[in-house]
Amino acid sequence: MNPAIQALFVIIGGVGGCIGYFYLSNIFLDKVLYPASGPNAGRNINRANLIRPWLFLFPALFGLSLYLAYPVLATAWLSLHDKTGAFVGFENYRTMASEGKFWESMSNNMLWLLVVPALSTAFGLLAAQLTDRIRWGNFAKSLIFMPMAISFVGASVIWKLIYDTRPEGSAQIGLLNALWVQFDGGIGSVIALKVMPALILLSTILAALFGIWALLAPLREADRRGHPGIVAVKIIVAALLAFVVYELATWLIGTLTAVLPYGAPQTWLSMPYWNSYFLMIVLVWIQTGFAMVILSAALRGVPEETIEAAILDGANPFQIFFQIKVPQIMPTIVVVWTTITIVVLKVFDIVLAMTNGQWETQVLANYMYDKLFRALDWGVGSASAMVIMLLVTPILIWNVYNARKEMR
Amino acid sequence: MDNIAGKKSALQWAVHLSTALLVALWVLPTAGLLVSSFRTGDQIVTSGWWRALMTQESQLAAIRIGGDEVEKDGQFVIEGNLFDGQGAEISLWGTSSKEPEAYAAGETATLNDGPTLMVQVDGAFVLSSATTMADLRMPRVFVTAATPPDFTLGNYSNVIASPMAGQSIGEAFLNTMTVAIPSTIIPILVAAFAAYALAWMDFPGRPLLVAFVVALLVVPLQLALIPLLQLHNAIGIGKGYLGVWLAHTSFGMPMAIYLLRNYMAGLPRDIIENARVDGATDFQIFIKIILPLSFPALASFAIFQFLWTWNDLLVALVFLGTGNDQQVLTGNLVNLMGSRGGDWEILSASAFVSIAVPLAVFFAMQKYLVRGLLAGSVK
Repeated sequence: MNPAIQALFVIIGGVGGCIGYFYLSNIFLDKVLYPASGPNAGRNINRANLIRPWLFLFPALFGLSLYLAYPVLATAWLSLHDKTGAFVGFENYRTMASEGKFWESMSNNMLWLLVVPALSTAFGLLAAQLTDRIRWGNFAKSLIFMPMAISFVGASVIWKLIYDTRPEGSAQIGLLNALWVQFDGGIGSVIALKVMPALILLSTILAALFGIWALLAPLREADRRGHPGIVAVKIIVAALLAFVVYELATWLIGTLTAVLPYGAPQTWLSMPYWNSYFLMIVLVWIQTGFAMVILSAALRGVPEETIEAAILDGANPFQIFFQIKVPQIMPTIVVVWTTITIVVLKVFDIVLAMTNGQWETQVLANYMYDKLFRALDWGVGSASAMVIMLLVTPILIWNVYNARKEMR
Repeated sequence: MDNIAGKKSALQWAVHLSTALLVALWVLPTAGLLVSSFRTGDQIVTSGWWRALMTQESQLAAIRIGGDEVEKDGQFVIEGNLFDGQGAEISLWGTSSKEPEAYAAGETATLNDGPTLMVQVDGAFVLSSATTMADLRMPRVFVTAATPPDFTLGNYSNVIASPMAGQSIGEAFLNTMTVAIPSTIIPILVAAFAAYALAWMDFPGRPLLVAFVVALLVVPLQLALIPLLQLHNAIGIGKGYLGVWLAHTSFGMPMAIYLLRNYMAGLPRDIIENARVDGATDFQIFIKIILPLSFPALASFAIFQFLWTWNDLLVALVFLGTGNDQQVLTGNLVNLMGSRGGDWEILSASAFVSIAVPLAVFFAMQKYLVRGLLAGSVK
């Protein structure tokens, strides 16, 4: 049978089956099992109402348990067994930990986790703040939001054209190389490629240092420490910022000292370390729209009075933004950040399509796919899937905690 | 905020400019590929897409001369035009690949075995010889010419009809539709019933179930691949559409239940309680009141699920198989990137075939998409 016709049948059958199941099971409950008439009518109604929720929930719960909950346990089981099904303890994990590719994936993933959510949220916040203040804002928004509808693979093709490289001497058709070969080492190049980046890096480093100071300074005063959990979060964030400062400082030195190959087209995607960033840009490009939409709604929800009060007190637009608006939408920023973090942990298509993990761009999800379906090593593959699960777990707990708080 | 005296106009200009810059940055990559998909392969490799509207000076691929020989004044002559009326302007030309720019337009070259060749600016050529050229191998001409912009739909008709990486995009398009449409429709009703139960029915364990759904929301589906593949093999489904439909339906379920529950919980309590007092059963309340009222949430979930299933690569690769006739659009595109990585006319047109449907859905239903996002993440 032609799959398309089969699909039509499945739609009709699926929808009809669902309606039939819900309708008939309710009738069965009300008319046959516990009829709402006769001597026990009252008790029967109560009984039926005890069972009904489970009738409503059953198909969904069944799907969830079988297709999402059970696989978590099964993967954990698989990761502790070898191909023949014999228990091997943590042997798979040990094999994995001895592979260079795994640690490469881990360190790349950590970079992705740091860079993509940060940049997406920052750009999203910027776009939200900018577009909320102009008349053509909605149009601008829908254009920035558009990449959301494009598949990761489609986005990879789009960006691969930008990173395309042609041999030296022929016309560059990739935008990045076309720009790059414009730089000839003259004064313009020095300003654009040395002075400007150095200044941007320096100001970012200073901002990060200020951030560390702002986080840690209150901790010295015993009475302002607050909840130990919050203190821990502050220290972790400060440590991450310190890492960022270190990384940016090496970039700064690199920018100032490196001898750049002016005029020669570069193969961006096979440039170790930097190529990971070129892949990250693709995801940032996709996710910024999401961050923008949510943050823009949050910004509009900031009470007008707080802003008016700040204006009366003489605050400038920047102070209003950073000291009045941003603190008030902090919870939303956290939600956006964590949501993008989860997307990053699952990122697979972009790496597969653009580099397939070559030139030190491997990430966990693609490493896992490699192990599962190319090397057919289910043990190690499952072990790396468990690592992804482990990385997701803090967010999972945080989400559940928040959901329960809301329910109360 | 908008009325800070004196500062408004300068700041407003800065806002307009930065927004324009940001939008340009976000649109340019897609625009580049879109423009490329309408250019011929030659044009794509000889100049960047941003010059598509300009006349380009470039060296073209070699053209072999051909035509009917005519005898004129004791000379054997072949006349014709190198281009068929494209309006290209030749500046330099040559007859060997070693010296492709040996002659200027209008000059006459003597070929090594006797005949003379003259090429004009507009591509008209005259090849003449004292003897017949009937059994002569026709010379090739290398030209450097300024060609006017040239757009074509040929790339699209090419990729849709003819197989590129073992399978045509048209076929992959059908496969993708076959995967995406049932996977979008089926979960809606199942999730809606469950969401209603979680929002409006009272039973022990409800908070626990909500927590369960929230927890499953973030479980990476990577974990599900192997166990489910084993399960599908064990119960005889194997690899195929049924498996993909089941997988997509279940993977979309946490999002669907969460989104719909949030929306339904916000519906006015009075309506539901009045209906209960009037003797409506839960089933009737759900069908006659909740379902119609929840239309916006159902629509936004449907859009999400459609975009997600249409754009998905991993689930299709694992559960549908990797055979040539089973590829979906994304899989086909990945294959093309591997095997035809440099053929941008093919890649760009294929990419746009696969992007077109989600983009259309996106622009048509953006309102619901935004609403769904907000219901899903902001409280």
